[in-house]
Amino acid sequence: MGLLSLAIWTPIIFGVILLALGRDDQARMVRWIALIGAVVSFLVTLPLYDGFKLGTSAMQFVEKESWIQRFNINYHLGVDGISLWFVLLTAFINVVVVIASWEAITKRVNQYMASFLILSGLMIGVFAALDGMLFYVFFEATLIPMYLIIGIWGGPNKIYAAFKFFLYTLLGSLLMLVALIFLYNKSGGSFDILAWHQLPLSGTVQTLLFFSFFAAFAVKVPMWPFHTWLPDVHVEAPTGGSAVLAAIMLKLGAYGFLRFSLPIAPDASHEWAWLMIALSLIAVIYVGLVALVQRDMKKLVAYSSVAHMGFVTLGFFLFNDLSVAGGIVQMVAHGFVSAAMFLCIGVLYDRVHSREIASYGGVVNTMPKFAAFALLFAMANCGLPATAGFVGEWMVILGAVKYNFWIGGAAATALISGAAYTLWMYKRVYLGPVVSEKVKALTDINNREFLMLALLAIAVLYMGIYPKPFTDVMNTSVADLLKHVALSKLN
Amino acid sequence: MIDKLSWIAVYPEIVLLVMACLIALVDLGVKTPRRTGTYVLTLLTLAVVAVMEASYALDGQTFYGFGKMVVVDPMGSWLKCFSSITLMVTMVYGRPYASDRDMLRGGEFFTLSLFALLGMFVMISGHNFLVLYMGLELLTLCSYALVALRRDNATATEAAMKYFVLGALASGFLLYGLSMLYGATGSLDINEVFNAIASRQVKHQVLVFGLVFIVAGLAFKLGAVPFHMWLPDVYHGAPTAVTLLIGGAPQLAAFAMCIRLLVEGLLPLAIDWQQMLALMAIGSLLIGNLAAVAQSNLKRMLAFSTISQMGFLLLGLLAGVVNGNQMNTESAYGAAMFYALTYVLTTLGAFGIILLLARAGHESDEITDLAGLNQRSPLYAGVMAMAMFSLAGLPPLVGFYAKLGVLQALMSSGQTSYLVLSVFAVMMSLIGSFYYLRVVKVMYFDAPHNDNSQPISAPADARIVLAINGALILVLGIFPGGLMTLCNQAISSIVNSLGT
Repeated sequence: MGLLSLAIWTPIIFGVILLALGRDDQARMVRWIALIGAVVSFLVTLPLYDGFKLGTSAMQFVEKESWIQRFNINYHLGVDGISLWFVLLTAFINVVVVIASWEAITKRVNQYMASFLILSGLMIGVFAALDGMLFYVFFEATLIPMYLIIGIWGGPNKIYAAFKFFLYTLLGSLLMLVALIFLYNKSGGSFDILAWHQLPLSGTVQTLLFFSFFAAFAVKVPMWPFHTWLPDVHVEAPTGGSAVLAAIMLKLGAYGFLRFSLPIAPDASHEWAWLMIALSLIAVIYVGLVALVQRDMKKLVAYSSVAHMGFVTLGFFLFNDLSVAGGIVQMVAHGFVSAAMFLCIGVLYDRVHSREIASYGGVVNTMPKFAAFALLFAMANCGLPATAGFVGEWMVILGAVKYNFWIGGAAATALISGAAYTLWMYKRVYLGPVVSEKVKALTDINNREFLMLALLAIAVLYMGIYPKPFTDVMNTSVADLLKHVALSKLN
Repeated sequence: MIDKLSWIAVYPEIVLLVMACLIALVDLGVKTPRRTGTYVLTLLTLAVVAVMEASYALDGQTFYGFGKMVVVDPMGSWLKCFSSITLMVTMVYGRPYASDRDMLRGGEFFTLSLFALLGMFVMISGHNFLVLYMGLELLTLCSYALVALRRDNATATEAAMKYFVLGALASGFLLYGLSMLYGATGSLDINEVFNAIASRQVKHQVLVFGLVFIVAGLAFKLGAVPFHMWLPDVYHGAPTAVTLLIGGAPQLAAFAMCIRLLVEGLLPLAIDWQQMLALMAIGSLLIGNLAAVAQSNLKRMLAFSTISQMGFLLLGLLAGVVNGNQMNTESAYGAAMFYALTYVLTTLGAFGIILLLARAGHESDEITDLAGLNQRSPLYAGVMAMAMFSLAGLPPLVGFYAKLGVLQALMSSGQTSYLVLSVFAVMMSLIGSFYYLRVVKVMYFDAPHNDNSQPISAPADARIVLAINGALILVLGIFPGGLMTLCNQAISSIVNSLGT
């Protein structure tokens, strides 16, 4: 069994064990098994980074077994510089989420933990799959645990949110399914993604494929104007669900652009780049302004996620080394930062049971340690240098200026609005005098919460101060991808 | 003089016939209300028949009996094997329900079910218009009686009346169509009809005229729009155990009959029947999915879901021949067969849950009756959720691969119209996923009702079979390759012997 298989199936097997064994009267044991499962699942991904060979864009840790002969579908796994970090990120966030849900979840703990473990395995599968159908199976299967997480443990309007999440994303992915089957027939009976990269396709076909994939990935990212499901879902989802959704699930869409849209339909990608750039800029600028006026903290961070993901798609469709690599770095950074932002809101929500900014004020007086962490993450969210948030955004802006000064300039305004909505929220929630009895009664974070925030803080700072390990891994793959995308596939 | 091969061809049918009669007699001596003796004997008979059919199927031979009146081929043997197993599972799920409602008295439930299965067997392996028709009549007559088994229950009686009147009409259609073909080709034998049509000596108008009636008759049995009207009422009105009986195994028989008539007999007319199938498929997908959204009764919802699923199955059947080119037949009909088998598997799981949740005096067939099922029994909720996600066509459950196969067959034709049809089909399954998800929502997100919070008691045999059923929906979803290969080999033996 290869390392990637181990990374995928370890959490899933732990999840199944939890489903089979756990009951609510043994919640303590269930939590510990879940934590052990998550930690083990993270540890088995570490050799992937250790053994990763730099300087090649070939797939590494490849596993290939025949899976469904009838359709020539293979269990084909592998990672390159683009996907490697997401495998590690997913497993890491999973550990943090299990710690975060330790006390907040008291109902059906085993199903909750199992959902997250299985979800984490499935998402690693998405990043590692090199077979189109295997990708689709993992991509779609993630909907089931997420639907249950939102619907069972979510807030008052959880059912609306769960359905909106499920149906909206299913709509996109069903169109992608048609595209995948089309490519299968077109390529003479193969679901091999790498073979599809070489497949010559006519202009019309490329455009149709591009928009089929666009339907799936733009909804998932989400790009403006398909982002409306995200704020609704974030508000209702439990803290852990929000963290995984923002940190990993959104990345599935952006990753799909890199793995499918760009290399399979390069001509269409160039042709429609203006549209993608325009939508991304709208997300960056307009959604950033929308975030400014939110009263609900989770909604604010959700809109800020849309704006940050706008940077990612902007970077991808500028087609230069800096911007694409910057987009990927931004994805990883946003994974850490958005998860941290949502967990911070979760810490407050567990105590006060309100997400309204107006019900807080002066939290720093009663929770100084927590406020320090929150400040760090807020700074990272607005892209302060030496935090993770800075690297990606700076690379994308640099790439954008190279491409066109005005686009770069427009993207850079996001740094201002990002600082505005994040810091203003910080000011209203944490600074100033204590506004209510509830805030006065707050207790500072305990050791468990300290550990979970510290893990993320280390990641955020490390990535901000020394991003070389991240960029080194992706450079060759990004360069090769761009070389490939520059070649026309028209026949 | 009947040769030995002929007897070999119908051994399982003979066993079934003899045992059905014997069980009717044995039941006279069984006194317990749960009819354990009859039940065990029925299961044993079905198991023996299933094993016999499986051995025929594994043998892989195609041979005819009684002057080509019946055929034994892998497709038929597999379908008969799976029909027997389906009936076994139906018996296991249905017995507690039926015994609570005093439906087991007299043992007719078992005897009629076995005769219905015999009818299905004849439908599956008939190779002659009249034999096929006889099989169909045997099945439907038993079904009418089974639906009316609770004769003091008004809804069941109404459903039986409706079923009988419309069913008789459809049988009439079918018989009329068959007689037109007999008149035009001068033969009742399926291969001879095939050859007569392929020779192009027969008047096309007469053939198409007969074909319309045949397709209408088949569509009625499958429950495709616009011949679907009976389905929701009968599914709803019949006692749930009987609903499962007529909604499970007979779908396999109806599929086999479609293959026998449309493919083995009338493939040269494919261009004509494809258009009809396409219209019916569009209608079924549209009406089935949209109407299912509005249902509050679980059985009715599943009935409309059946209509939509049959629409998908028809898409598989119509994708076989492209502009007279038969390259695609194997993958398309294989996909349709896979669809039928997996549909029956998931339907068993879904109705199994309804049957096991029902108590004496309470049907438990409203969607809200499932409220909070996850808190009452995670196993039942899990099985039902798998069945629902599978019907919605989500990976990694088996229903996804069924849809994948059909869509692939449809799109490999390269026709733009078929591409549009595929997009339409996936959009309809998006609507479909809404009402399947609603069932999951009720089970997982809602709290149980007060009158519904007592623990669920079900006999051990039913619980075990249900767990296996649910596990199969997932396991076949992770390893669907074997069943797909089986379906394709079964279909390829049919395609290879066309017209011989």
